[in-house]
Amino acid sequence: MSCWETIADYGLRSIGIGERLLPRTDFTICQQFTLIGSGMIWNIYFGVLALAMGFCLATGIAVGKAARNPLIRKPCEWFVFLFRGSPLFIQFFLAYEALVLLPREGFEIFGITAETRWLTRAWAGALIVLFLNTSAYTAEIFYGALRSVPKGDLEAADAYGMTGWARFKRVTWPTMLRLAWPAYTNEAIFLFHATTLVFFSGFPAWQQRGDALYYANYFADKTFNPFVPYPIVAFYFIILTLGVIGLFALVNRRLNRHMPQEAKRIRYRPQMIR
Amino acid sequence: MKKLILGALALSITAGAAYAGSHSVVRMGTEGAYPPWNFINDAGEVDGFERELGDELCKRAELNCEWVTNEWDSIIPNLTSGNYDTIIAGMSITAERDEVIDFTQAYTPADPSNYLAASDDVDLMGGVIAAQTGTIQAGYVAESGAMLVEFATPDETIAAVQNGEADAVLADASFLAPIAEQNGDLMIVGDPVALGGGVGMGVRESDAELKAKFDAAIQSMKDDGSLNALIAKWEVSTQW
Amino acid sequence: MAIFSFCTDPATLETARWFVCYLTNGKHLIAYTSFGTVLLLLAITAPTALAFGFGGAIAARSRIAPLRWFGKGYTSIVRGVPDIVFFLFFVIALDQAFEWTRHQFFCPDWPDAIRQGNDFVVCQRAKLPLSNAPQWVHEVYGFLLAVLTFAIVFGAFAANVLFGAMRAVPRAQIETAEAYGMSERQAFWRVLIPQMWVFALPGLSNLWMILVKATPLLFLLGVEDIVYWARELGGTKGALFDYPHPDWRLWYFLGLLVFYLTLTRFSEIVLGRLSQRLSHGQATLAGEAQRKAAV
Repeated sequence: MSCWETIADYGLRSIGIGERLLPRTDFTICQQFTLIGSGMIWNIYFGVLALAMGFCLATGIAVGKAARNPLIRKPCEWFVFLFRGSPLFIQFFLAYEALVLLPREGFEIFGITAETRWLTRAWAGALIVLFLNTSAYTAEIFYGALRSVPKGDLEAADAYGMTGWARFKRVTWPTMLRLAWPAYTNEAIFLFHATTLVFFSGFPAWQQRGDALYYANYFADKTFNPFVPYPIVAFYFIILTLGVIGLFALVNRRLNRHMPQEAKRIRYRPQMIR
Repeated sequence: MKKLILGALALSITAGAAYAGSHSVVRMGTEGAYPPWNFINDAGEVDGFERELGDELCKRAELNCEWVTNEWDSIIPNLTSGNYDTIIAGMSITAERDEVIDFTQAYTPADPSNYLAASDDVDLMGGVIAAQTGTIQAGYVAESGAMLVEFATPDETIAAVQNGEADAVLADASFLAPIAEQNGDLMIVGDPVALGGGVGMGVRESDAELKAKFDAAIQSMKDDGSLNALIAKWEVSTQW
Repeated sequence: MAIFSFCTDPATLETARWFVCYLTNGKHLIAYTSFGTVLLLLAITAPTALAFGFGGAIAARSRIAPLRWFGKGYTSIVRGVPDIVFFLFFVIALDQAFEWTRHQFFCPDWPDAIRQGNDFVVCQRAKLPLSNAPQWVHEVYGFLLAVLTFAIVFGAFAANVLFGAMRAVPRAQIETAEAYGMSERQAFWRVLIPQMWVFALPGLSNLWMILVKATPLLFLLGVEDIVYWARELGGTKGALFDYPHPDWRLWYFLGLLVFYLTLTRFSEIVLGRLSQRLSHGQATLAGEAQRKAAV
């Protein structure tokens, strides 16, 4: 079987397209690269969606944490503390245990049955955990940036007569984002790394559809040789990390386009790498 | 960093003073999470059928044995890497494993596998079947056409059936029997499935000497009936 | 091996006493010591990783190109790979590397190949630890391997932080030192390094937090840590055990959650104090604020 055929058979195996049975004997390097690469689909899925959703929630939480009203501030502080203070490994486990406790038949709400089974599946359950987790970390980064928005910028906004929402949208938020961006880049890298934990603690793999690490584990288990599959995962992740850094650098350049030349280069002086 | 390596070296050199011939101590690797085969008892020691069997085999082969536990996932790489000398962990003899390590002769006949389910009308060939990752049962379910859902530990597979995540779990009959007995909600369903070629001890392929010693010891226990007595005591499988 | 005399027959005990006996049986006592294992690992790994990071940062700044490449390569490759992937094969790789080195040293005349098919066979003297060493030596060795793996991974992150911190020290400070006639080396050790810490502290604090939260992966490295015991103790216990119980892993993991939340909270407080202390007399905003408050 040529390598192209292998790619055709297994390239999308992680989402259930292609050959149903995983290779069982005569494992080739090509098979390992293909299947582990196929698993990367899930890592990217979890990473991208959690980051996108987390970005929105984090902005809200960061503003909430900076609020004067303790009724808003306290819950935000507790949320950040809970998710930043405990290992993701344990969060996954507890979330899975809690989600399977939901009634099997779903809830009856106003005569409509709300299904809950899908929450125990990794694509939903693990995504929620990752989403909440990255929201907490990102909120802390944004909160730090929010507090270091230069006073002068806000005074200038006042002078222009901007208030409330307009001031936040046009001055505070863009400045906060610009200040937080280097640290946020690191958070994004860490989040992608964290996606490898999904099938490792708590969430089960259905029909052998898993992420890159799941397939690496499969091969390590079948070939009894950990020195091939795990470095392949490492290789994929180095590429992914470089991609993330490149993409975030582009955004960074846009965020800083009005700044003097010096600030345009992303400076890795991580104040808050995760 | 340098200090660390030096420390580790110093440690091993002082220990090296008592250096002796090959296999002055035989390290027995087991999982410690698969009752009644092997488990950690309430005192925190390795216990179970294989503990008792292993100690008896070592006595007969006049070996000085020591017990260590290792995660199931990496139990074979750690053997070939030399971190311990045998695997005695309820491991079925399969062709794939035999390519990488050697097995002694089997000390229990092929233990049939059973399905455990919450009701007796589940679809074993088309439903959702749980199994532990990396076991022969997982491979069997993947090929049977049922929807395989894999968990890292045996406990999680049982939990999956209890909470309805999976319709049934496929595992060794001896592991499931006590669970079905104690749990009113769970029952053995369907016919037993014969998988694997019995359970044997794993040794490195380069370690023919040790394999011969254990082979002889197992044979002597088979011959005098003490092995059957042990099997009966721990209810791990059928008799020889 | 029971602590309390009334624990001899667990099956007859009423609930409160049953729990007292259950929580003090031999297995639980071993499990409690694993909290110490985790704390000890943190205590040893943190300075080791810092040393690695320091070496990596100096290498990355070096004028000698190969050393610089090594420093940059180390930090960027290790940072690009999820720590769990490292943990899954690195310990065996390290162990084999050590044994291979010892083998070359102790048994240069060994006739057989080291790699025989799948087997990795070194001469008896090269084994690490020797196979007849007592179990505690094996455990200490496994623990040290885990420390080394953690240190290599987190050293790369520390190198990144320290590299940034060294660049953050105002250039004028070095120029002043040179104007006072200090050599490059003197300026580095007497001016740059002492001033660097205050810039490095936020990054290092975060790194410490990540390190704390990476310890649940210790069980992957073959160390019997708190997660191993939570799984082991919480799992369903049948009639073979003195204290049978259903699946209680949820409660054990909730216990771990509390442990980690306490540990991180405690760390936050200590690191906050340290930050105050380090800012003292520094040419930064916080240092300036302290100076003004004192006047």
